[in-house]
Parts: sequence; C-alpha cells; structure tokens
Amino acid sequence: MTLIAKILVLIIAFLAGMDGILDQFEFYQPIVVCTLIGLVTGNLTAGLVLGGTLQMMVLGWANIGAAVAPDIALASVASAIILVQGGQGVHGVGTAVAIAVPLAVAGLFLNMIVRTISVAISHLMDAAANAGNFRMIGFWQWVATCLQGIRILVPAALLLVIPVSGVRAALHLIPGWLSAGMTIGGGMVVAVGYAMVINMMANKEVWPFFILGFVIAVFSKLTLLAIGLIGLALTLIYLNLANSGSSNGNGGSGNTGDPLGDILDDY
Amino acid sequence: MAENTFATESQTKLSKVDRLKVWWRSTFLQGSWNYERMQNGGYCYAMVPALKKLYTKKEDQVAALKRHMEFFNTTPFMASPILGVNLALEEERAAGGQVDDAAINGVKVGMMGPLAGVGDPVFWFTARPIIGSLCAAMAMAGNVLGPILFFLVWNLFRMAFMWYTQEFGYKAGSAITKDLSGGLLQTVTRGASIMGMFVIGALIERWVKIDFKPVVSKTPLQKGAYINWDSLPKGSHGIQKALELYNNGQGRALSSVKVTTMQNVLDQLVPGLAAMLLTLLCMWLLKKKVSPIVIILALFVVGVVGHVIGLL
Repeated sequence: MTLIAKILVLIIAFLAGMDGILDQFEFYQPIVVCTLIGLVTGNLTAGLVLGGTLQMMVLGWANIGAAVAPDIALASVASAIILVQGGQGVHGVGTAVAIAVPLAVAGLFLNMIVRTISVAISHLMDAAANAGNFRMIGFWQWVATCLQGIRILVPAALLLVIPVSGVRAALHLIPGWLSAGMTIGGGMVVAVGYAMVINMMANKEVWPFFILGFVIAVFSKLTLLAIGLIGLALTLIYLNLANSGSSNGNGGSGNTGDPLGDILDDY
Repeated sequence: MAENTFATESQTKLSKVDRLKVWWRSTFLQGSWNYERMQNGGYCYAMVPALKKLYTKKEDQVAALKRHMEFFNTTPFMASPILGVNLALEEERAAGGQVDDAAINGVKVGMMGPLAGVGDPVFWFTARPIIGSLCAAMAMAGNVLGPILFFLVWNLFRMAFMWYTQEFGYKAGSAITKDLSGGLLQTVTRGASIMGMFVIGALIERWVKIDFKPVVSKTPLQKGAYINWDSLPKGSHGIQKALELYNNGQGRALSSVKVTTMQNVLDQLVPGLAAMLLTLLCMWLLKKKVSPIVIILALFVVGVVGHVIGLL
C-alpha cells in the first residue's frame, strides 16, 4: 500500500469514527466505508462485495436511546483494511466478515470510553455557557466529535503498521474449521438485528404484514425492490381503509386525505 | 425584562440564513453525546447562531446557553422540529414575550419522547434497512451504483427532512405540541411499522442463512432417472447433452444416488422455517433481557461447534 493510500485510509477511518456517533451522513456504514477503502487501495471490487455483505448483516443494528449497537464503524474500517492487507481479493471477504463482528463488539468498549470522557467535556461546555462564551461551546463540541474520530483512527493506524506478512500469517493461523464455522455463525447473526427490530415494532396490528412479507419472499423469486413495493402498496391500502373506517365512525370529517376526492366533492 | 423596548424588537427576528445555520449545526447534534445528559452539548451548539443574534446582553446570553445545556435525547433527525419550535419561542422571549424557561424546556422534554417514538421506527427500522438492503444487494453483485445510491438517497432525504421539519416547527411555534396529538404523526408511525414488518419478514427468508448438513437418506435412483455419464458423446457435445438432460435441475439427476439432507426435508415443509425459528428464538431471548452482544457471540460459537460436529 502506498503512503498516499495509507493517508487516505486514515482520513476515511477518522470521518467514519465521527459519523459513527453523529449517525447523520451514514458514511460509516460498511457499504460506503468498505467501498471507499477498496477504492483508494486499488481493491474496488473486493471492497464493494465486502461492503454489501457486511451491510446485510448490520441492517437492524441501531443506537436506540442510551443503548449502543455494536460499533459498525470499527467493523467496517478494520475488516476492509484486513481484506486489503490479506491480499486475497474477493476470496478474503468471508474471513473479513467473520473478523468484523467480534471487532464490532470490541469497538463498543472504545465507544463507551469516549462517551464517558464526553461527560467531562459536557461540564467544560457548562463552564463556557456560564461565561457566555459562544466560541468555546463550539470548540468543545468539536473536540468531542474529533475524539470519536480518533477512536477509529487509532485502531486503523495500528492495523496499517502491522506488516502485510503479519496479517497474512495471522489469517493463515486461523484454522479452516474455525473460519468456516465463523462464516456459518455470520449467516445466523443477521437474525439478532431483525429480532431487535421486530421486538421494537411488533403489535397486534402489524403481525399479519410480517407473515405476508415472509411468505411472499419464500414462495416467489421476486427481488427485494419488488417485495418492498408490494409492501408499500399494501400499507397504503390498509391505512386508507383504516382511516375511512374511523372517519365514518366519527361521522366523517370533511378532509378524507384524498385531494382529488375533495375537489370532486366541492363540485 | 424592562430593557426589551420596541426599539430592540425589530432586530430580534431570525432570518432564513440564521435558520440555515442552525439546521447545518444540528447535523452535529450527537458529537458530544455523553452518559450524563446525552445530546445536551450538541443541542446548545446548534442553537448558538440564533441565541447570539437574539440576545445582546451578557446575562441574557448566559441564561440562554445554560437553558439549552439541559438533558436532551431523541432520534437525531427528530431534533429538527423541536429546534424549530425552540427558535420561535426564543424569538418571542427576546422580543419581550411571556415565555419562561419552563415553557422552553417543557417543549423539549415533552416532544423528544414521542418524536423518538416516531423517528426510530421510521429512520432506523424502515428507511435504512430498506435502502440499505437494496443497495447492498447491488454492491454484492459488484455494482458501484449500490454505495453511491445509498449515500445520495439517504442524505438528500435526511437533509430535506431536517430542513422542512425545522421550518415547520418554527412556523408552528408552540402550536406544534397540539399537532403532535393529532392524526398525521400517528399515521406515519403506523405506516412505517407495517411497512417495516413486511420487509423484515421478507429479509429473514432471504438473508438469514442456516443449512443443516446431516444426511437423512441415500436412495439409489432407477436407471433413466439420472445422467449416465459413461454413455455421453465425447467433448463439447457431451456437455451439451448433459445440460439438456439436467434441464436446470428439472430433468435427470446428476448422480445415481439421491442424497437427502436435513435441510431438504425442512425445505419441503416451509423453506426458511429454520431462519424464522431462529429469529423467534432471538426475540424471546431479547425479551428475557439477554444482551444482544451475548446472543451474537453465542451464535458464532454455535456456528463453529455446529460445523465441527457436522450439523451445520
């Protein structure tokens, strides 16, 4: 890897760390980060496939309330670097994904450490507020955000410093049965994210739609986009029927949520 | 507030530029997320351009900054309508209106819970999984458009959402709290849950992978039910003939013995049943307060052990 490629990888790692806490640009999601690291190191296809594979796994992982999901930013950055350093191209994707998940869990602790340090920073912002100092509020906000960037930058730099041969040797040390087993485990881990989503949203009203989605996926070869559109149509139909039912019950309220119908009524 | 005369009132209006500044800064809401007061620093940071403009006296500035360093936490994007309402209230207060600290904080605390209740399912459990899974499928097929579309679609959607909800909040002012109990937000949440559950149902079948390896039976096939490789013509004609006979799995079998694994038996019942059962198990464990981290690690152990003993 050239020096320029290494610097670019570190910049990507830093930005991914910042966005990992901001959760705004979704830059830190594997589909973006792994592809970019692949791009700057000349492994675009391998990075792309790794990004897509890892993305499928983390779909349901989300930061809710004070709970923190496994650190997706670290998983994306580290697995992409390991994939590139390993030099196996697309064939290394399985191993990289299997390494990514334990790393994501380990990354939780780094995240928790920074979030604890931010308590102190929050008190420094209190002091700035007491002094009516607008600029220092902004300064400390950025210090905290940059600390989150560093939380990914440092592990990424460490992985880059370890020589390629070292990474390769470590990968070869992993016995076949272990990496095969980890890949199988990775296929099942996806279920945890989905289970979290379902527990969050499930109620009596939405269960039938869950069954419909499952059955349509099982007994058709439709793409996900087609299934998504069927879901959208069903949702709209259902909401319309439910709304018209309730507004009839209330004696009808003029606005039916149907602009065309309203215009026709006015005539 | 005797100092707030009519003379100062004309200066204390927030321009569109001011509101755009607040909108941009709200992107960094979670930057100083901490275990004590969560998004407080980011909220105060976002309000700074407005507070700076509205209050000229030091003690007013200090009071305003301290007001916005209080506990705050919601889905990041859902802070926008709250910021909008707060902007309207601060404007009113700076102009000498009867808006006390309790009203401003009351709006924040009162709105962040219900709005997170809308934001989490809509953004994290519907929009992101759907855009993510579609684009990830493209990426896995080696299509660079996958990540590009993901980034662009998400961010355009997000930035438009944040700007228009902030403007909505600003215009609606304190009236927005009344709208929250109204129908629109409820309908959106309801629709998102329905859509989300439907797609998750499909995703479970497509992406949770379990394959039970143990062989249930080996039955020898009758002559004519499988391809007799020895009797095929030589060279490429042989390959063509074999492919015709195989007919994409609809025709003859590839070998003389039919191997049935446990997975084949399960697939005849309901394909994807094992994936569904695994998901239900995870849901049950999560409800029993087992940490998701523990479940993830356990599944890896199950994968390795299962592979070693030949089950998976």
